[in-house]
Amino acid sequence: MEPLKMHTGLVYPLNRSNVDTDQIIPKQFLKRISRQGFGQYLFYNWRFDEKDRPREDFSLNDPKYKGTSILVGGENFGCGSSREHAPWALEDYGFRIIIAPSFADIFYNNCTKNGILPVVLTEDEVQTLIDNAEKGDYHLTVDLENKAVTDNHSFKATFDLAEYSRQMLLNGWDEISVTLTYEDKITEFEKEHIVY
Amino acid sequence: MTTPKTIVEKIWDKNVVYEEEGKPAILYIDLHLVHEVTSPQAFEGLRLKDRTVRQPKRTFATMDHNVPTVHANVIKDEISKLQMDTLRKNCEEFSVPLAGMGHEHQGIVHVIGPELGLTQPGKTIVCGDSHTSTHGAFGALAFGIGTSEVEHVLATQTVWQQKPKTLNVQIDGTLGTGVTAKDLILALISKYGVNFGTGYVLEYTGEAVRNLSMEGRMTICNMSIEAGARAGLVSPDETTVNFIEGRLHAPKGKDFEQAKQMWLSLRSDEGAVYDKTVTLNASEVEPQVTWGTNPAQCIPINSQVPNPETAKTENDKNEIKHALYYMGLEPDVNITDVPIQHVFIGSCTNSRVEDLEQAASVIHGRKVNDSVTAIVVPGSQTVKRQAEEKGLDKLFIEAGFEWREPGCSMCLAMNGDAVPPNERCASTSNRNFEGRQGTDARTHLVSPEMAAAAAIAGHFVDVRSF
Repeated sequence: MEPLKMHTGLVYPLNRSNVDTDQIIPKQFLKRISRQGFGQYLFYNWRFDEKDRPREDFSLNDPKYKGTSILVGGENFGCGSSREHAPWALEDYGFRIIIAPSFADIFYNNCTKNGILPVVLTEDEVQTLIDNAEKGDYHLTVDLENKAVTDNHSFKATFDLAEYSRQMLLNGWDEISVTLTYEDKITEFEKEHIVY
Repeated sequence: MTTPKTIVEKIWDKNVVYEEEGKPAILYIDLHLVHEVTSPQAFEGLRLKDRTVRQPKRTFATMDHNVPTVHANVIKDEISKLQMDTLRKNCEEFSVPLAGMGHEHQGIVHVIGPELGLTQPGKTIVCGDSHTSTHGAFGALAFGIGTSEVEHVLATQTVWQQKPKTLNVQIDGTLGTGVTAKDLILALISKYGVNFGTGYVLEYTGEAVRNLSMEGRMTICNMSIEAGARAGLVSPDETTVNFIEGRLHAPKGKDFEQAKQMWLSLRSDEGAVYDKTVTLNASEVEPQVTWGTNPAQCIPINSQVPNPETAKTENDKNEIKHALYYMGLEPDVNITDVPIQHVFIGSCTNSRVEDLEQAASVIHGRKVNDSVTAIVVPGSQTVKRQAEEKGLDKLFIEAGFEWREPGCSMCLAMNGDAVPPNERCASTSNRNFEGRQGTDARTHLVSPEMAAAAAIAGHFVDVRSF
């Protein structure tokens, strides 16, 4: 995956809690057998009506968010199904950073395996970002080296991320290659391990 | 005297391959379950890097999400067919055992693992599916993973994992007549919210959990993910051991006796410390119905749909409004006055023989309401055969239910079994998300008994007086 050290981009606010992965990528698009091309189906049932026309009342269709790459969402973002098609769709659409007060565990994990940085900020910080972004043309810089989020004005916040995930993202490592450097330990373990 | 441990700590200690300070551990996986939707990209990843499946014998595949439930040997959807053919080819190429279409053991991945005896106490179990938590009913540490991790487990038989925090869900009291494991888990999520379990493994303890059958325990563990927890489990006991004995992949003879000792020794010790505890009194739980678009938006059968004006915060108010709008419901109506058009009895939550028996038990010679289409989808070929031996298929068919072939079906409506836009379904599945059962479909989660009763009445009814 592509390394991610620092990212500056336009912010898209999605002011909803419990955005589930069924919304991020509906099931009718899970039949594909490749990893690519899911961006066109992102938030499909919110973005498009039953005749596949863009819904005017869904904010991502607003031209002011064209080219956005940072999504700011509500709590428990990415809950529900484990489908990795959700981060694939977000990434393919152009999102590299997701900011929320909390994430669902599997989704969070899936993001870090796909070069998307999930950032946990406080509810107040997230609300500030949503309010700013709703005005449009709002940019943030996310610095993974220093675990900091800043805008061009006075906003500055820091976030936590497990060091392991941070290194994976910073370096864009292939996790399997990393694990295979421990292969002798796995082989040794298997010799003694009992499974009925 | 050693420090008392929880079952989660015991399994963790048993399966950690390697750990160092400040990093997640490498956790060994004892059973990797695979299905057609979340695996093709993982196998393709192996091919691209010229890697193999490390332990094909600890891997088991089936087809469930995409399979048709009518005329199952004819797959009309070409894209679905490609996905299933891809799994078959991948399993052949990488020597992974497969119970595919036409196989006597084909079925929902979380139904067949336990019924084949693959699911056992103490095992670490993963699958590219969030309802892998189901297997925790046996005292296994079982959790859903994404496709990158599916590829990782195929290649290395391990995952990188932080030691999970533990949450004791203590459920005491006795379930009333007509109240089921499904009502327990819905009531629990309704009480504590859809993310109280995030970052934890739930351990269900207490008298009410001990008294549940394995099927009931699977139902509650299944929906742990709806509380935000990747895994939920129950310490093994005699009920667990008796369920496993004699199954196809269960240990036999002396091995079984040894395994049994090991399994029972995994139970959480008296005095073990949890990171958090929540409680529920089973005696107070009534049959539940969800009214909204997440599983916590749930009420007891004899109550009213909430009114956004009475919400405590502006956020709650907006959430209720949004959900009511999607669900096409007015505030303050009795949930028993809400008519339904569809009933789905099935899914990894509630499609086992006991679930089907409980649903059939409320029929009493009555017929499905003229305004309702009701389908029963057994969880596996084995469930279907056993149910037919008991004559349940005839009971359902005579009452006007459709008796289908096994699969995930209308739980996520990937195979074409969908609820039409703006129509309402009483469903025994696990998610009432927007669009889950079809675009603009309105899902109400209930127990099998409540679903069957609603099919007959044409609206929700209290199964206790039905």
